[in-house]
Amino acid sequence: MFEFLGIPPQALFGQLLLGLINGSFYALLSLGLAVIFGMLNVVNMAHGAFYMIGAFVAWLLLAHAGIGYWWALVLAPLAVGALGLVLERTMLRRLYKVDHLYGLLLTFGLALIFEGAFRHQFGVSGQPYPTPELLRGGSNLGFMVLPVYRGWVVVFSAMVCLGTWFAIERTRLGAYLRAATENPVLVQAFGINVPVMVSLTYGFGVALAGLAGVLAAPIYQVNPLMGSNLIIVVFAVVVIGGMGSILGAIVTGLSLGLLEGLTKLLYPEAANIVVFVIMAVVLVIKPAGLFGRER
Amino acid sequence: MSTQSTVHGRSGLGTPTPAVIPGAVLWAAALLLAVLAPFALYPVFLMKVLCFALFACAFNLLIGFAGLMSFGHAAFFGGAAYVTAHAAKVWALPPEFAILAGVGTATLLGLVFGALAIRRQGIYFAMITLALSQMVFFLALQLPFTGGEDGIQGVPRGRLFGLVDLTDPLAMYYAVLALFLSGFLVIRRAVHSPFGQVLKAIRENEPRAVSLGYRTERYKLLAFVLSASLAGLAGSVKALVFQLATLTDVTWQMSGEVVLMTLLGGMGTLLGPVVGAALVVALESYLAETSLPVPVVIGAIFVFCVLLFRKGIVGEIAGILKRRA
Amino acid sequence: MRNHVGALSAAALCLWMSAPQAHAQPAAVSDGVVRVGVIEDMSGVFASITGQGAVTAAAMAIEEFGGKVLGLPVELLHADHQNKADIGAATARKWFDEDKVDAILDVATSSPALAVLEIAKAKKKILTLSSPGSMRITNEACGPYVAHWAYDSYAVAHGTGNTLVKQGLDSWYFVTADYAFGHSLEKDAGDFVTASGGKVLGSIRHPVGTNDFASALLQVQASKAKVVALANAGGDTMNAIKQATEFGLTDGGQRLAALAGMINDVHGLGLLGARGLIITEAVYWDMNDETRAWSQRFFQRVKAMPNMLQAGVYSSVRHYLRAVQAAGTDETDAVMRKMREIPVNDVFFKNGYIRKDGRMVHDMHLFEVKQPSDSKGPWDYYRLINTIPAEEAFQPLSTSRCPLVKN
Repeated sequence: MFEFLGIPPQALFGQLLLGLINGSFYALLSLGLAVIFGMLNVVNMAHGAFYMIGAFVAWLLLAHAGIGYWWALVLAPLAVGALGLVLERTMLRRLYKVDHLYGLLLTFGLALIFEGAFRHQFGVSGQPYPTPELLRGGSNLGFMVLPVYRGWVVVFSAMVCLGTWFAIERTRLGAYLRAATENPVLVQAFGINVPVMVSLTYGFGVALAGLAGVLAAPIYQVNPLMGSNLIIVVFAVVVIGGMGSILGAIVTGLSLGLLEGLTKLLYPEAANIVVFVIMAVVLVIKPAGLFGRER
Repeated sequence: MSTQSTVHGRSGLGTPTPAVIPGAVLWAAALLLAVLAPFALYPVFLMKVLCFALFACAFNLLIGFAGLMSFGHAAFFGGAAYVTAHAAKVWALPPEFAILAGVGTATLLGLVFGALAIRRQGIYFAMITLALSQMVFFLALQLPFTGGEDGIQGVPRGRLFGLVDLTDPLAMYYAVLALFLSGFLVIRRAVHSPFGQVLKAIRENEPRAVSLGYRTERYKLLAFVLSASLAGLAGSVKALVFQLATLTDVTWQMSGEVVLMTLLGGMGTLLGPVVGAALVVALESYLAETSLPVPVVIGAIFVFCVLLFRKGIVGEIAGILKRRA
Repeated sequence: MRNHVGALSAAALCLWMSAPQAHAQPAAVSDGVVRVGVIEDMSGVFASITGQGAVTAAAMAIEEFGGKVLGLPVELLHADHQNKADIGAATARKWFDEDKVDAILDVATSSPALAVLEIAKAKKKILTLSSPGSMRITNEACGPYVAHWAYDSYAVAHGTGNTLVKQGLDSWYFVTADYAFGHSLEKDAGDFVTASGGKVLGSIRHPVGTNDFASALLQVQASKAKVVALANAGGDTMNAIKQATEFGLTDGGQRLAALAGMINDVHGLGLLGARGLIITEAVYWDMNDETRAWSQRFFQRVKAMPNMLQAGVYSSVRHYLRAVQAAGTDETDAVMRKMREIPVNDVFFKNGYIRKDGRMVHDMHLFEVKQPSDSKGPWDYYRLINTIPAEEAFQPLSTSRCPLVKN
């Protein structure tokens, strides 16, 4: 038996593992934000709301159509993505020519509307969502009982993150995307439909949030306000990682989750603010973020 | 009123002088209205409007005149409210010192936040202020003196300068009105001063302002700190009016609300934030009694303003008057 | 421009003219209407245990009087404070100042309730509280016109705590919601545990409306405490129970105690998740024919059975109206005198009375949540294991910190 700073190893690994699980959500959400920001220059304040909607779609599918978790994992992100597409086409699009701040304000208003409407309709008490049959139970790791479902969340979100990173950094489509981010006019001139690509990017980004929502549903219950405080932490994650950096978003998300878990052990009172303190430090040392570049 | 700010702020030359006289009359009428209002309307409601109007004006100093959008002003507003409430209740300070303590806290917070946030611009600036204010939210949630979810309740209003008994609603109202007016005048003075001109220059084109030899960082920081102090003043006063300080005042939704007030009234106009604050507060207290969900309506107004009404009420009116002139 | 000035002065004149006239007509019932209000959490974490159910319960009490008392109409106002103390306080202030509300007969959640309490005391208005459970209501914050109705943290902690310690479960760890009620619950239950020879190993606090209890539960698990006491309510309790099962706390032999559990929580969790929980409530819908009949009517309107908070609102509104009737006026002092004089007797509460510190004293019941196999269907959840007589159920007056008691 070894001890780390006087902490029993069970507690240490337990909290670190929980941190990794939270980090997976941070990574998935900040990834979506980063993709959207990179392409649209919009800080998507509604990201937390889309995460919530993803969870609700899963719940509604189950409660009203008897459609279970595995289908929800596909359908809910599609639905959220489609909603995102519509909003981008009808609203966000009008704001590309004015200050980017208006994009932030618009999505903030949308977040208020969505959260308010769901709250009005379903209350805030939270709707339970059962863990899928296949992923029930826990496996005893010796130092803690790891619910199988939470393990699945870590593995699955890591796969999604890597897949997204690969698609953007290593495929032809990703190359167009990155090029359009740098110089939309030129890419348009090459005959690529940039507006469609922008819409799809937004749809994809919010679909990732919706996916995170489905993943979260069995853990946290389905609750209209589930995204509203989470999203601010994710913003801090994005600022730390560097806005628009895909890899930065993933790596920072996971490591900050771990760090938070560690803080919960060493100094629990600071667990909620450690991310923000780190953000302040990073801003002083490297204003563009750890993986970002100044622009 | 709006014409006046147009005169000073934008057109400047060639505006016919008669506009000035009705301007003064309008100011006087508005003042008279403000003095008489508590006899007709519920004083607590009016005080709430004034607190939020000052808060919005403080916020507007930053966005409207320096082009910096803070999404974390609730930290100053709510932070000052907590300190004032604590000072008045636990330290039993008289109201003027309790307010001073609150404003002092907001100023210090403003200095720290400002120093960090002005390292970046635009959206980054907004996100950094947002994240920093969320840190204040968590501190308010956890520090023992804030009382967590309960907040600080039963804050005594006390006697202003040992003379005026603030438990009397009218006395409290006039004290709030006086504080609001002094805050408003400070902002007006700042905007029309050379300092304000430099801020506008920075807003329009920062590199050019730098090339003209201005140390823009300092100007931005000063504007940020001033804005934070005044937001703090608004929060401190609110704590005394409602005799409590709670988490509501430090949430990021509160930061968003002040953005909405300013946007709705008109960013960059002196009176816009006042109009916006009055409308939003009135709307919220009206909606509270209906079954309509408040956030949905507020959100819809937000979306509407951003898409179609970016100049805000006062901004649009000023635009119309300008076209007629 | 001239038009502007005209419009403004006209507006000023209008405002001036519409100034409210000073109180006229010294009738027995102020302004000819008896106005009562309830301020609830209509959409938050506590909406299912207070919310529309509490409003409906109040309305049902008024309907029992045919909507009239002393021949004059009774009006019910309700508002949503969204669990925010400032909104609750502002509503109460406005109701008393502007809307001529005579009494507020429930405020959900301790924090807003304590804020409203200060205002009611300052304005000398009657306030009865069923939904909040903080002990401050009948101790430090007590007031001559304040009555604490359905339960308090002492009563529920006492019931559940005693039972579990007697079963030999003597080491406790608290998971506490960080607000007045949570602290109150933790303190009261902790006192019982130590007084009966048990040990409190520690506590961990969480904000109201927490999604993730994982790291708290991990800490509790490592403590090896026999009882994991949840000093929280509503959605928080449900989340914590659900996640405790997930992390294998119950399988590992630790026992969960939902100190402020209610029938709605059991319904939300399902019997499989809630079975075996010990719950202290003042009422249960399935106690006798009377409660069943009332609860069925309630169920038809709310689609849920009443819990003790909602039954308490019904009881306090009914009692207030009876007092108004007996006093022949809605004047605060006279009504409060009658409220203390007349025993509380209704479907749920028998022979209750209001003590000096404002506590309405009545029996409390200890329930165990049924096994799924024993339940006949939805809402058939409780098995009565014990009734705690009124005299023992609440904090003894001798230990009260309420200044009114000492005089």
